[in-house]
Amino acid sequence: MELTISIILGFMIIGAIYALHAKDLLSAVIAMGIVGYGLVICFLLLRAPDLAIVQIVVETITLVIMVAVVLDSTRKELEPAFDRKSLFNRIAAYVIFAGLFYFFLLAIETQDPLGMHSLGMADRYVTGAVEQTGSVNLVTGVLFDFRAYDTLGEAVILYTAALGATTLLRMKGKK
Amino acid sequence: MIVYILCFVLFLVGLYGVITRRNLIKIAISLSIMEFSIFLILVLIGYIDSGLAPIVDPGGPAQVYVDPLPQAMVLTAIVIGLATTAMLMAIAIRLYRKYKTFDIREINNLRG
Amino acid sequence: MKGMSIIVKKVSQLMAGLIFMYGIYIILHGHLTPGGGFAGGAIIAGAFILLILAFGSNALNLKKEIAGSSNTESLAVLMVVVLALMALLFGSKTFFFNYLPKGEPGALLSAGVIPLYNIFIGIEVAGAILTIFLALVIFKEESSK
Repeated sequence: MELTISIILGFMIIGAIYALHAKDLLSAVIAMGIVGYGLVICFLLLRAPDLAIVQIVVETITLVIMVAVVLDSTRKELEPAFDRKSLFNRIAAYVIFAGLFYFFLLAIETQDPLGMHSLGMADRYVTGAVEQTGSVNLVTGVLFDFRAYDTLGEAVILYTAALGATTLLRMKGKK
Repeated sequence: MIVYILCFVLFLVGLYGVITRRNLIKIAISLSIMEFSIFLILVLIGYIDSGLAPIVDPGGPAQVYVDPLPQAMVLTAIVIGLATTAMLMAIAIRLYRKYKTFDIREINNLRG
Repeated sequence: MKGMSIIVKKVSQLMAGLIFMYGIYIILHGHLTPGGGFAGGAIIAGAFILLILAFGSNALNLKKEIAGSSNTESLAVLMVVVLALMALLFGSKTFFFNYLPKGEPGALLSAGVIPLYNIFIGIEVAGAILTIFLALVIFKEESSK
């Protein structure tokens, strides 16, 4: 299992690096699709079918919106200028990455290898969940009965995004 | 262990894009790549070897299931990522109509 | 924007009905099979986006469409909050309590108030995604005139 997911992650990293350096904006958006759909295969291998369904539909809708925005404008990317400011940005980025990597290695030193039972809260949510909530799907039971506040917050976030998009894209009163 | 390190490398690729790219669409793509890497690392922590998908068979014996709590968190986070990307695209197309470019440095100089 | 050729229009008419019914199935069986409110709502929004892309925005009355989807989404969020507040009257008087009777696990009418939550959250997600997409289409229409 580790080997399969590592190979898929390798493809995702190559796709992500290409998406940053593409000269054409449409190619960059399609290369983002590699990362999104590779994530769907990883979710299916990790026994999470709920997440795979949501991710594949949401990724398709995101790609449609991004292509609608990109096709309407110029698609050429300007040449990256090698002046002093951008060089300073890159060197600072590499130094920060070295520091972050060192702290990440410190953080996963005490982590169990992949597949061992590491989170302790799982037992309290799995045993007796079918009698307490009545639903056979454990993820739906956790989302709508044990943790219903998070679901309410998420519904409000989607509503606010729709409201914000309608307000931003308004053409009344111009010209 | 190598899986966690590769996930973090994907996160660093996204962070590099946010810091050094000048095009607004590429900044939005890099933000989305950072979010995907975090989803994967959350689901990886909750995986149990030879565990089943968390759908219980009501008449059968008790089995070992994969942890459902990180899956519920990532489900919420995926939809929030869609909302963020949609708002960023609305801002991007609005800026393009006004300044005729996606470059953030030129917009900074032209402002006003 | 203009629509596509007539083959695309006919095929998308057939497929949009099937996709819509599949989305309703995933919402209603949310407590028995993988899926639930969010996946079903996104699938229903995908059916409508397919129709809009195939027929072009000249064939629709866009102002009426966005008013319809925005009102539907707002009403669905209101019903979620009303359902959660009604739990203050029954049982152990907490917000979000599961107060309807839970039948036997595995049947369609089981799990208390969870299927109702699934339905309203599904309608809300579909309305929100459709409103965002329609706002983008209206902006592109009006600013290219």
